[in-house]
Amino acid sequence: MPRSSCAGGMAKYVTIQVTRREPPPGAQPPGEHCKKCNAPLAEGELERSLRVCPHCGYHYPLPAHERVAQLADKGTVSFVAEEVQPVDPLAFVDLRAYPDRLAEAKFETGLSEAFLAALCEISGMPAALGVLDFRFLGGSMGSVVGERFHRLAKAAVEQRRPLVVVAGSGGARMQEGLFSLMQMAKTVVAAQMLVEARLPYVTILTHPTTGGVFASFATIADIIIAEPGAVMSFAGPRIIEQTTREKLPPGFGSSESQLAHGQVDMVVDRRDLKDRLVRCLSFLRGRADG
Amino acid sequence: MAEPMTPEAAWEAVQLARHQDRPQSLDYVAHALPDFLELSGDRLHGDDKAVVGGFATLGTHHIVLIGHQKGHTLKERQERSFGMSRPEGYRKAMRLARLGEKFGLPVVTLVDTPGAYPGKDAEEGGQAGAIARSIETFAGLMVPTVTVIIGEGGSGGALALALADRVLMLENSIYSVISPEGCAALVWRDAAEASRAAAALRVGARGLFELGLVDKVIPEPPGGAHTDHRAMAERVMAEVRLAVEELLRLDARDRLRLRHERYLKMGSYTVVDSR
Repeated sequence: MPRSSCAGGMAKYVTIQVTRREPPPGAQPPGEHCKKCNAPLAEGELERSLRVCPHCGYHYPLPAHERVAQLADKGTVSFVAEEVQPVDPLAFVDLRAYPDRLAEAKFETGLSEAFLAALCEISGMPAALGVLDFRFLGGSMGSVVGERFHRLAKAAVEQRRPLVVVAGSGGARMQEGLFSLMQMAKTVVAAQMLVEARLPYVTILTHPTTGGVFASFATIADIIIAEPGAVMSFAGPRIIEQTTREKLPPGFGSSESQLAHGQVDMVVDRRDLKDRLVRCLSFLRGRADG
Repeated sequence: MAEPMTPEAAWEAVQLARHQDRPQSLDYVAHALPDFLELSGDRLHGDDKAVVGGFATLGTHHIVLIGHQKGHTLKERQERSFGMSRPEGYRKAMRLARLGEKFGLPVVTLVDTPGAYPGKDAEEGGQAGAIARSIETFAGLMVPTVTVIIGEGGSGGALALALADRVLMLENSIYSVISPEGCAALVWRDAAEASRAAAALRVGARGLFELGLVDKVIPEPPGGAHTDHRAMAERVMAEVRLAVEELLRLDARDRLRLRHERYLKMGSYTVVDSR
């Protein structure tokens, strides 16, 4: 029955199925044992290793503020675009009202929206850094994510800084309807400002990066870095299996598979990420002596 | 703010937008663009029949026309993957759009897709990147661009061909970030709530016009576009021609700037004093 299966093909929050296999994003790291390899963990060990299991290398979700702390030099961070706040343009009510979902996400994450934007230095290089936090409504891209991205890109161009964006998203913010879809266009046009200004744009794709985020600003960067074991797809695995009845191989959509299919430049362990990012940025700056 | 449609009215639009006999890109060609010359292939991998494109003449202008094609018969629908494009379809669209750019031909797109093709090969072939690059390509064209949502505007797979200077929409077309069924399954956990989801998402043309997301709603014949292909095709191409002529009067740089401003303004948010 093509109609119903086509319709299913549009789902954006397909990552629910993907993430179910993983610890829920934002859940407290296990106190004693790695959820992946079951090795014992000393207290605070996971936090000290950037939430990567020191035994098996499993990458746990990293909250946005910890990501900024990982990549930015200490004491150089100023957050921007916090003034951009969500509204409820469609008065969207499903089982719950959208404003209630927003309020809950704010309470649970301590973030005011899914995109955290900062100006900072990365190993002494001034940069503009944006981070999507999957804990905030699945890192979904609503109008605030788009506008904060836009303001960050604009600041990068005005101050001649490279733009670095860490993605992690279930896709569109359904509750904002077509406004959400339009953020794909908006972020792509905003990223074009970096192209015109000949400034570096690097994205780091984390688990999961799907739907409208994967098919917009995440994949048009000069360099695309993926974290190990992250899953990336436009349509979700369940939708693909339902629509095409294809059996998907293990590791479908994983960083390693994306690398093999030529869709990302490199897969980099989080513990090496800052060093690798700095190397990328220094090449993109163009001069060996600067 | 615009009032949402009732679930019943929203669902009627969904049904009309997906009607098997609704005119598709090649029907518009057959009835209103007699000298259409079809071009094929993405020059990289293949030829995706979910997307058709080529040259046509609109009044006194040569144009590049690109559109989704779902197919009418089951066989044609299967050949065309029900209008769901693979990466090669978006790459073909980009190739044709660049051809328009090179020779100064306005680019017109007709959008009618449930969404991008959700398949293993499509994903591994770079579906997401192809959509993103298509959006980027259409955003950067110096020639006038007009898009018409003629049937289903299914999320990213539609937007890949729908970024334009003018966005027109047929009265009973729909344009949505997610299918009503998909939305219902996610938030109501029941696909049978699709009509409620369609209303909540405001997938209909008038609602989207009132929200400022489309520029013009093109009326359909009584009963829907499928009742009179010729009348619908003539009306749509007359509107496209008007839009193209209006856009041709602008300086190319101004046109590009206005297009960028339009998309950079997209969104609904508030700005609070954070100090």
